[in-house]
Amino acid sequence: MKMHTFLFAVATVILAGSGCANVKPWQRENLADYTMQPGRDPVGTGQAEHIWFSREEANGGAGVGGGGCGCN
Amino acid sequence: MNISLFNKVMPVVILVGSLLTANAALKVGDSLPDLSTFQLEGHLPDTLKGKVVIVDFWASWCLPCAESFPTMDALQKKYGDRLVVLAVNVDEKASNMDKFLKEHSVSFTVVRDGKQKLVEVVSPQTMPTSFILDPNGKVCFLHNGFHGAKTREEYIKEIDSLLK
Repeated sequence: MKMHTFLFAVATVILAGSGCANVKPWQRENLADYTMQPGRDPVGTGQAEHIWFSREEANGGAGVGGGGCGCN
Repeated sequence: MNISLFNKVMPVVILVGSLLTANAALKVGDSLPDLSTFQLEGHLPDTLKGKVVIVDFWASWCLPCAESFPTMDALQKKYGDRLVVLAVNVDEKASNMDKFLKEHSVSFTVVRDGKQKLVEVVSPQTMPTSFILDPNGKVCFLHNGFHGAKTREEYIKEIDSLLK
């Protein structure tokens, strides 16, 4: 049982380590690119928000502050 | 698997993982590492001793960094020889920095940490991050990000306190 636990712990660490990418603040150049912004088409965004509002009675909450670079 | 055993093992795994990924960021009270050992591109000031220094880490893709530049420039002009503003660029491509500096002309010193060795050591938590050093080279104040007039007022207050 102890061996199984040890192997499980090792496998967990390996899986967790390989599945996560820790992007540091100074490495976010590509994330900050304009093409990474989800709402870069203002007409499309407006249409989508209108649909949410008129069909689902939902409004706002579609954006986040700070942009893709995670600055400030 | 025995659930109670799992509950005992996982905290240890998480703790070890946290320790392995933790980094020793530069903080208030620390001394700035010797900049001459980091192969920075550009000309470093001859000496930082005896002067208040703002070491600012920035990148061309960072909008608050662009917002902070006029303030940094104004501070450099206001305090003259008593203050050194040292802006450390962390762009991967030098051309991005050059293009940015053509659009944002500044009077203070700009160097580039192209190999990102210094920034790895200093490990700023956001972009931009600036450290205000006293004349002995010790970090006295730390600013994560730039928040317009609020940050500018804090800079002036802190620099004045160090120049007294």
